[in-house]
Amino acid sequence: MTIRDKVLYLEKVTVSFDGFKALNELSLYVDPGELLCIIGPNGAGKTTMMDVVTGKTRPDSGTAWFGRDIDLLKLSEPQIAQIGIGRKFQKPTVFEQLTVFENLELALAGNRSFMKTFLATMAAAQHQRVDEVLEIIGLTDQRAAPGRTLSHGQKQWLEIGMLLMQEPELLLVDEPVAGMTPQEIERTSELLLSLAGEHSVVVVEHDMEFVRSIARRVIVLHEGRVIAEGDMDHVQNHPHVIEVYLGV
Amino acid sequence: MLLPQRSWINRSVRGTSAEARAGKWFLSVLAFVAIVVPIFNQLVPPTSAFHLSAYALTLIGKYMCFAMLAMAVDLIWGYCGILSLGHAAFFSLGGYAMGMYLMRQIGPRGVYGDPVLPDFMVFLNWKSLPWFWYGFNHFIFAAVMMLLVPALVALVFGWFAFRSRVTGVYFSIITQALSYALMLAFFRNDMGFGGNNGFTDFKDLLGFDLHSDRTRVVLLLLTAAALAASYLACRAIVESRAGRVLRAIRDAESRTRFLGYPVESFKLWVFVFSAVIAGIAGALYVPQIGIINPGEFAPINSIEVVIWVAVGGRGTLFGAAAGAVLVNYAKTYFTGALPEVWLYALGSMFIFVTLFLPRGIIGLVQSRIKAK
Amino acid sequence: MLLLVLLSVRSVRAQSQTDNNFLSILGELRKASFPDKEAIIDRLSQTGHPSVRVVLTAFMEDRLFFRNDNQTIVIVKSTDGNPAVLDLVDPSSLKSIGTAPMGNLTRIDTNNHLRQVLGTTVAHFALSSPEAGVRLDAVREMMLSPDEKSVALLRERSAVETNSSVKKGIAIALALVALDDPDAQVRLDAIQTLRISASQDVRNKIAGLLDQSSDGKFTEGDARVRNAASAALVVIDRWRTFYSGIETLFFGLSLGSVLVLIAIGLAITFGVMGVINMAHGELMMLGAYTTYVVQTLMPGHIGISILVAIPAAFLVSAFTGILIERTVIRFLYGRPLETLLATFGVSLILQQLVRSVFSALNRSVVTPEWMSGTLQINDALGITYNRLYIVIFTLLVFAAITMVLKRTRLGLDIRAVSQNRAMARAMGVRSEWVDAMTFGLGSGIAGVAGVALSQLTNVGPNLGQSYIIDSFMVVVFGGVGNLWGALIGGMSMGIVNKLLEPYSGAVLAKIFVLIALILFIQARPRGLFPQSGRSSENS
Repeated sequence: MTIRDKVLYLEKVTVSFDGFKALNELSLYVDPGELLCIIGPNGAGKTTMMDVVTGKTRPDSGTAWFGRDIDLLKLSEPQIAQIGIGRKFQKPTVFEQLTVFENLELALAGNRSFMKTFLATMAAAQHQRVDEVLEIIGLTDQRAAPGRTLSHGQKQWLEIGMLLMQEPELLLVDEPVAGMTPQEIERTSELLLSLAGEHSVVVVEHDMEFVRSIARRVIVLHEGRVIAEGDMDHVQNHPHVIEVYLGV
Repeated sequence: MLLPQRSWINRSVRGTSAEARAGKWFLSVLAFVAIVVPIFNQLVPPTSAFHLSAYALTLIGKYMCFAMLAMAVDLIWGYCGILSLGHAAFFSLGGYAMGMYLMRQIGPRGVYGDPVLPDFMVFLNWKSLPWFWYGFNHFIFAAVMMLLVPALVALVFGWFAFRSRVTGVYFSIITQALSYALMLAFFRNDMGFGGNNGFTDFKDLLGFDLHSDRTRVVLLLLTAAALAASYLACRAIVESRAGRVLRAIRDAESRTRFLGYPVESFKLWVFVFSAVIAGIAGALYVPQIGIINPGEFAPINSIEVVIWVAVGGRGTLFGAAAGAVLVNYAKTYFTGALPEVWLYALGSMFIFVTLFLPRGIIGLVQSRIKAK
Repeated sequence: MLLLVLLSVRSVRAQSQTDNNFLSILGELRKASFPDKEAIIDRLSQTGHPSVRVVLTAFMEDRLFFRNDNQTIVIVKSTDGNPAVLDLVDPSSLKSIGTAPMGNLTRIDTNNHLRQVLGTTVAHFALSSPEAGVRLDAVREMMLSPDEKSVALLRERSAVETNSSVKKGIAIALALVALDDPDAQVRLDAIQTLRISASQDVRNKIAGLLDQSSDGKFTEGDARVRNAASAALVVIDRWRTFYSGIETLFFGLSLGSVLVLIAIGLAITFGVMGVINMAHGELMMLGAYTTYVVQTLMPGHIGISILVAIPAAFLVSAFTGILIERTVIRFLYGRPLETLLATFGVSLILQQLVRSVFSALNRSVVTPEWMSGTLQINDALGITYNRLYIVIFTLLVFAAITMVLKRTRLGLDIRAVSQNRAMARAMGVRSEWVDAMTFGLGSGIAGVAGVALSQLTNVGPNLGQSYIIDSFMVVVFGGVGNLWGALIGGMSMGIVNKLLEPYSGAVLAKIFVLIALILFIQARPRGLFPQSGRSSENS
């Protein structure tokens, strides 16, 4: 596989804020269809990395490619969202007063102008898509429930569902299980695993149990660069990682 | 599996059945009024206790115009979170457009007898009609202006405001400033809009004598029709996907923008539409009341509209209409019986409703129903 | 020793003889007709009695009376505020001689002409006053009606005058007279002298030289003089425009000061608590009414009434503000639109309360002596004291509030709560108490603004409504929660408003300012000095 067959390729990305290097010549790649976990202590640069990929922050140096030939550094944030990179933020923001179904409906791909949305009726294909996503995220029974009645975990799934409506190629998921019950965590790992393959998923997390349950490949970030990479066992026994996490 | 899904679809896509029922009820009331009023005015003799006097006709017509205005405000406030404290300005702009037409209709029957110039212009020693009065002797032109002027003002104002992401209380304050500025402008005698006296002494509309009961009844029916039509139009918006986007904007604006929706464009569309409805309401108000003056632009009028919506129940459309009728009925009663008390009552209403009835009277009724 | 006693007795007797002479001439005023009064005035001024000037000044100011019981002439100290009992002064000794009720006195009347004569006569005396300011006023007075006597006196004075401004004034007055001289050279020289004056009268007189009668003939025959006159006009007009600009600036500052005072309170409550208080204007109105009440309670002491009113208004409005906060606003935190509506209800109630208690009519508040009058910088620029004091007052209040916020414990608490409420509470700050105090502080300042406003305009129940929109504009322009924003925003809006006024009238000026503000918000939606941290929009 040539380098450019990766779905995401970052090379030597450096981002500094006022002299502080958030990302320090960071290089990593994501294979198509894989489920990659990125871990690291706070301040390691995980969120900044996602900011660079989604176009929220421009790096001082380095390159970022999406697929074979899309230079992410040349696109704006909305453009990047359009080409198939979806990001789920830590805090779930679903529309509280709208039902689960309506939330997903709003996330449907399609013309966003006022006139078109006013005249829009739901085509059978679109309806089916919503049903599919409801199935995937496991909220079929809650389709008519208003957003505000959902539990924290359900809101997170709904948000992932809304991302899925836009049929992204790459999903960036930021700390999905923070604040979830153990059952919810289990369902979330099932969900994310099911998404891999058809989509490429990058998950940033702190919860080691959860990471172990979903990750094939793990990358450890520290002070803006990759310090270890491999499967969970390899990474957990890596001396540099132990040092960084336990200060030994 | 298909059938149960369809009922969910009904509920989530076409609004709750409770809302649909209430809407039907609202339209029936309107229909009832539309039928009953002409009967009790035209067919019941004036000596009978059941006769609806011209005064009563005017009152009902006025309430209906206010109900339209309230719905216009509810559309943008209850459903999109835009609190406009200057909507009476759009109402008045429509009213002034109608007023200009009616003034031209007076023709040589005015006090000064000038066939072209309205009385106040003769009084100010003006020699000719200002350019912006041209065309107002034709009803079609005036009708277009009643829609166009509020729309244009809303468009320009909204474009500037929404584009710069002015939201929340900032937006409300500058709508207040807008109506205040318009009020100051229209009060000036040299603007050509009648100055502080405004327009009055109308004679007829499209040839029909404004003082005759028959004309009043027709105007009232037209108002009822306009009210029903606006209601249906607003319902259509609110229940479409665009309506859901509006509610999304209301609840989480940046999230909606993040989803790719042109938030500013949506806001502008409903703001302009709402202004047009207000303008039509104003245009129907003026021939029934018989006068329009710049005091209508006063900021307090716009704020009163907001309280009608809040009392009735925002985000329900018919609630806004109900609130408008209720509060104005109270106002008519109090200013007649105990005038000093009215402002106390109004002020207390503001405080009481915001503290204890955030969803208005309709909300109260709804929660009672749910509790059962 | 005996000689001294004899001499002093003789001088006392001589003095009392002068006194008697003086008093008897004075007494003739009781029954004199207006033309006779003029002659009497002349005789009085010839007596050389030391009290002449004071007596004639009192006469000019309608403070010369005679007692009904014993027909003696008396001077009344002051008729300000129409008191029922008047303080009397003896006209020859100028000593206080007790009081008398108004009913026991009859005024010695004047008319316009008599007042003019008196003015000139008094000015003549004033010309030799030891105070330069008095002499300058006298010169100005005489310039207005330069009769032969005045001119002679002026010439005389000019030789011995030491003060430069007075000397300049005399030169101008004499030059003005010289414009009528038959000799063209004299007129030419006069114009040269007059170039330095910015007075309206001087300008008019010079412009008059360029008048043409209907058949094209000039009033002024000599062409050189005409040219000099037009050149002088250009210079004079330039100066007048300059001073007029300064005056406009000053008016703008004073209008801005009122806006600043109102906006400071609003900036604090909105900035710290995210509360839009629509009743803010009414809190200001309460302050204005407090001033009225204070003046009604202490009618004889108008002078210090303002100083009493300031803390009183502060307390009244602060207390009302805290009441509103505790009963209404407290329950609506985090819901700015609801707060807006609820406080609007409060404003309606407050307005109606004031109408019920005080009536719906406007009340007038009296400006104390020490605040009235004008500071004449020169002939074209006069600064009214009341406005000047208001500007100074505003700056003092601003400094005081900044001091409170930066140096006191309360200020620290307020800033902590506004930046991070949760953290402040964790540190033991009683945020609810701070909220109430903040609101009280902001409202109290509004009350003080009302005191200032009462000096500029009539006090009525709608006072708050007229200024509330302007004050919101200032807060929106200057940036929420920022005192400097309120200061700069208010001052600039006041100045811009006044700058536009001559071109467009007060109403259109206001409209332009409003529109300009809407456009300004395009560029800077959060105002001049945006508040970082908490935003009331995120609720």
